[in-house]
Amino acid sequence: MNKPSTLRRILTTDLPVALIVLFAMAPFAWMILTSLTPSAQIVSSGVSLSPAGWSLDNYWRLLGQTSFLTNMLHSLIIATGTMVLGLVVAVAAAYAFSRFRFPGRRLLMLQFLLINMFPVVLLILPLFVLMRRFGLLDTHFALILANSTVAIPFAVWMLTSYVGAIPKSLDEAAMTDGCSRLTTLRRIVLPLMVPGIISTGIYIFITAWNEYLYALTLGGRNVRPVTVAIQTLIGEYQIEWGLLAAGAVVGALPATLLFLFVQRHLIGGMTQGAVKG
Amino acid sequence: MSIVTPTRAAESPGPFWRRAHLTPYWLLAPAVVVTAVIVFLPMAQAVITSFYDLILFRPNASRFVGFGNYIKLFSDPVFWTALWNTVIWIGLTVPLQMGLGLVTAILLNREFPWRSVARALIIIPWALPSVVIALMWRWIYDPNTGVLNDLLIYLSVVQGAVPWLADPHLALYAVIATLTWQGFPFFAVMILAGLQGIPKSQYEAASLDGASSWRQFLHITLPGIMPVLATAGLLRVIWVANSMDVIFVMTGGGPGYSTHTLPLYAFIKARQNLDFGYGTAIAVTFTILLGSFVAVYLARTMREVEK
Repeated sequence: MNKPSTLRRILTTDLPVALIVLFAMAPFAWMILTSLTPSAQIVSSGVSLSPAGWSLDNYWRLLGQTSFLTNMLHSLIIATGTMVLGLVVAVAAAYAFSRFRFPGRRLLMLQFLLINMFPVVLLILPLFVLMRRFGLLDTHFALILANSTVAIPFAVWMLTSYVGAIPKSLDEAAMTDGCSRLTTLRRIVLPLMVPGIISTGIYIFITAWNEYLYALTLGGRNVRPVTVAIQTLIGEYQIEWGLLAAGAVVGALPATLLFLFVQRHLIGGMTQGAVKG
Repeated sequence: MSIVTPTRAAESPGPFWRRAHLTPYWLLAPAVVVTAVIVFLPMAQAVITSFYDLILFRPNASRFVGFGNYIKLFSDPVFWTALWNTVIWIGLTVPLQMGLGLVTAILLNREFPWRSVARALIIIPWALPSVVIALMWRWIYDPNTGVLNDLLIYLSVVQGAVPWLADPHLALYAVIATLTWQGFPFFAVMILAGLQGIPKSQYEAASLDGASSWRQFLHITLPGIMPVLATAGLLRVIWVANSMDVIFVMTGGGPGYSTHTLPLYAFIKARQNLDFGYGTAIAVTFTILLGSFVAVYLARTMREVEK
């Protein structure tokens, strides 16, 4: 009985899954192959499928002749800044939403959900006008603020669902023992929130790292994150696909690895809250 | 459910007893203030700007035009093209993402040895930066050296190279294919979570009663994941409607106006013509049109929260 059922499983499950995995991975795999083929060879004979034609030439040029590492640093500063700002304000807000019942609670929660739905285009134009007026254009701070428009509401919702899952009896026990509200938050709830904070923080980091339109509009000569820098690799006279692919692979790597790392922890919170992207 | 606040308030007497009532507001203040400054202030600014004739490099020529920009909008043929493109864009992308996501989730819900590996690998398109996705697909679609044409010519599906992104009749659909690829993992993951919430006993009972697998799908699986489908679907309509980065990098809205969606049109008006008054008016109109979907989604989610 075992043999035919295994064959059946392979035909009805493994094979279709393999096709979907291939579909999901093929474009990025093609990008990696392109990045490993020297540019001159791409022009003459196309992307090399065999390891014999591969070299790290594009990657050396990317790191040696362009400012790509500096761009990575800008992205790192912006993504980290967004993550810190988002988490700090969201932890307190999430605690308030899940542990207190107060007038206006529903309305305030609704507000954070609503913000998450705002079209980027509605915010990007006035943010440009405002930041231009305050001289903030082309600074890390401008991009941290712009990314926070997405990060804060997302973090508030994710963390509210995390805190909600921590039993309230723990808080009550601590307060009966004489802890104040804030001590309870710091000593009891915060340590239990750590897994939630880590996965929410990483997701904010990924979103800010991958963000493109704000970076393009509010950044500039001084502050140019990777997503914008990748596009400048395109070349002046003809498209340099090899170099571009190397930039795309290096630029996408940090976020992709982090994503694979946290994906399982994110699902629970996401099915409850609002998620962009 | 235990409500802590009132007892706390009663426990701490004295002149500062009110403090206990204020605690949640203090905790919320940073988040509320920051979002007010970076979201609501710009939004108010946007509404005001939309009533002005404002070209950014001629700030002194700025003047109040009332609903002028909105009236101009209705006689602008590009607006109607962009609106129609937005309808096609959402109407095709979301169902395609959902369909592919549903198939993927059902397959991933079965038992097979490399299941967790497959689940992780399928998520890759979701994790990639949209600018990388856009450039990657431009390379795949490239009419001269792109791999898609090579493949299709090799398989004799097409006779000659197809200019996927340069043909005004094809470009929008080519970008929709890219966005379907980008978005189906999201549906797969959400639906998979829904599938795992359906008790196995229901299927066992159904197969004892002799229900075919198609009937099981129709009467157990589908009702079981309906809430997830509705939430994820609504969320995706809003997200797909808003997303313009992939189109912007792939085609820049062209050729002609064939891949202009409303948000992209607003963005291009402001970015390339620096016509912020008109661009913002398009953005505000688009937001109002999207509002009905947002309202339905908000109502659903808030009901969930109250449970």
